[in-house]
Amino acid sequence: MKELVVLSGKGGTGKTSLTAAFATLAGRVVVADCDVDAANLHLLLAPILRDTGTFQGGKEAIIRTRDCTACGLCASLCRFGSVRESEGKFAISHCEGCGVCVEFCPQHAIDWVPAMTGTWMVSDCPTGRMAHAHLRPGAENSGKLAAFVRKLAKEQATETGSDLVLVDGPPGIGCPVIASLTGADAALIVTEPTPSGIHDMERILDLTRHFGVDTRVVINKFDINLEKTQRIRDLVSGRGLGWVGTLPYSPLFTQAQVEGKPIPLAFPDAEITERIRLIWKETKTWIER
Amino acid sequence: MKIAVASGKGGTGKTTFSVALVLANRDRARIVDCDVEEPNAHLFLGGPEPVVETVRASIPVVDGDLCTACGACVDFCQYNALALAGSGGLLVFPELCHDCGGCIRICPNNALTEGPVSRGTIETKIIGGDLELVTGRLEVGSPSAPTVIRAAIARAPLLERETTILDAPPGTACSFAACMLAADHCLLVTDPTPFGLHDLALAIEAIREMSKPFSVVINRSLGPDDLASVFCRDQGYAVAMRIAESREIAQACSQGKTLLDAIPGIGQDLRDLLDAILETRATEVSG
Amino acid sequence: MKIAFPVAGSDLSAVLDARFGRAQRFLIVDSDNDTFELLENGSNVDASQGAGIQSAQLVIASGAKALVSSHCGPKAFKVFQVAGIPVLQAPVASIAQLLAKFKAGELEAMTGPDNAGHMG
Repeated sequence: MKELVVLSGKGGTGKTSLTAAFATLAGRVVVADCDVDAANLHLLLAPILRDTGTFQGGKEAIIRTRDCTACGLCASLCRFGSVRESEGKFAISHCEGCGVCVEFCPQHAIDWVPAMTGTWMVSDCPTGRMAHAHLRPGAENSGKLAAFVRKLAKEQATETGSDLVLVDGPPGIGCPVIASLTGADAALIVTEPTPSGIHDMERILDLTRHFGVDTRVVINKFDINLEKTQRIRDLVSGRGLGWVGTLPYSPLFTQAQVEGKPIPLAFPDAEITERIRLIWKETKTWIER
Repeated sequence: MKIAVASGKGGTGKTTFSVALVLANRDRARIVDCDVEEPNAHLFLGGPEPVVETVRASIPVVDGDLCTACGACVDFCQYNALALAGSGGLLVFPELCHDCGGCIRICPNNALTEGPVSRGTIETKIIGGDLELVTGRLEVGSPSAPTVIRAAIARAPLLERETTILDAPPGTACSFAACMLAADHCLLVTDPTPFGLHDLALAIEAIREMSKPFSVVINRSLGPDDLASVFCRDQGYAVAMRIAESREIAQACSQGKTLLDAIPGIGQDLRDLLDAILETRATEVSG
Repeated sequence: MKIAFPVAGSDLSAVLDARFGRAQRFLIVDSDNDTFELLENGSNVDASQGAGIQSAQLVIASGAKALVSSHCGPKAFKVFQVAGIPVLQAPVASIAQLLAKFKAGELEAMTGPDNAGHMG
């Protein structure tokens, strides 16, 4: 079983649209939406829910007000600024789950309870199974939830005999990105020829190198700035990475979203679909190597 | 007054908007780039080389003479950042450590002390003599984005300004929360696509949980009846500004230009926008 | 001498589990008399980070003097290295077969981790 993770560093480069298109072109595949705090893949893949459950990503501390003497030790020990005082009363919000206040409260007035991080889902899509999730807004542990979604996807791949897991990763280079990336067979970076696109691509390429994951790059909207497209090619070849895919700016990315379908299904005869098909062919050859 | 500029979905034009907002109000605002995983505001603002400070956190350092390998710290650590390696003694994995300090306090033999580790940097500069930019930058491979965000926001201002604009990280997870908790008002930048709308709803859910006032900026707007505008109208959410969809604007931004270069007259709109937020705030505080 | 094998099964006919940190359990075999005990890997199977580190500590605490594994990540490898316990690389095969290979001196110690770290 191979696992390909699609990342971008910068958001809004077309990563999710491309992942959905790949899923359609790949045929039998399991997809994992690891962008758990802003998941969008389900808007394109028409999932029918099979199974769902809550995910507890760790523990959180809660002060029992009736036993609290308001000594304030927890507030001074918490390195994350999560203990707040208001009118002489202490309360914890956005707990990082380290357990320090629980251990050292002189009154033992702080409970240590499982934290509800989010909801996980396994669904059936026309492309195959999908593992996805919904992070409780503002919750900690998005990385743990992303790791859990990947694990679900691999289980589904084993169960259904799929030999490919496609992971739609979150933007950035933080916890959930690291959780989506480590141990994957290959990473495809979707960038765009803008100052932010280039800057963020370099950071994500540093990250994939840090974790030793084989990486390739696709430039979306390459024609909005040919000079920067060339700059990206130079940067990529300077790092010794192979082939770079390019896609022109296309309003069909947004129109397919409006139709709620992957691009190849919404516009099977469009030129952009043909371009995506070629990139998928290259990618498939690369990851199956 | 801190105004966070945020978006659930990435790539909606959040940084483009923050940069224009601070440029149009440079006499009364400064900007802190809190998107520490991928800080971009500096790419559009230029200016001199920044002063760079390291964001340090404390990780445990083991004194092999005092450590009895009792395992109390290993049992306590919620992040699996400590390990007993048989006769080899205690090992620390800094990349897993969340710097909570619990192991150091729990050790019965005082065998652990605080040692500094770098989690990222804070870069400060003054552009054109009157515009302060603070950039938080997470070290590649580090899990501690909220630590760097809090440090960037806490950085003492070099210039006295009434307003600080926080360019927030995308999403709705802990990084977003770390930034938003410090804000007095939130401007949510969206685009009128189904993805943009879906993630706008998530961001609003997160902000309401924190009881922060917010208004919406619709970028690449297709007019007063686009998806995002209809959504805000139906839900009763205030739309602070609309920026029209245009290939020329997209191209200008791809060349590193700002909205002030690309759209004549937007400077005044951005000043009016800040006036309105400050006014509402004043009413809320006094009322 | 005790040797640890990550497994999903529960006796010498079990097959080596290719995942070290997330193996269901470890078979701790005494190569002097072919007796064995089972060591459950417990909560590490679902640990969000540092599963390999925790599993390595479990193996070390069991008194095993070598680990036989298909793979080993950088953090677990470091724990074994510091503890002075060799990680012997082996293909996925039955424990009985691998034990014979071990006794014949056919298993080589890894000189470094062979896959990237897993946070998840």
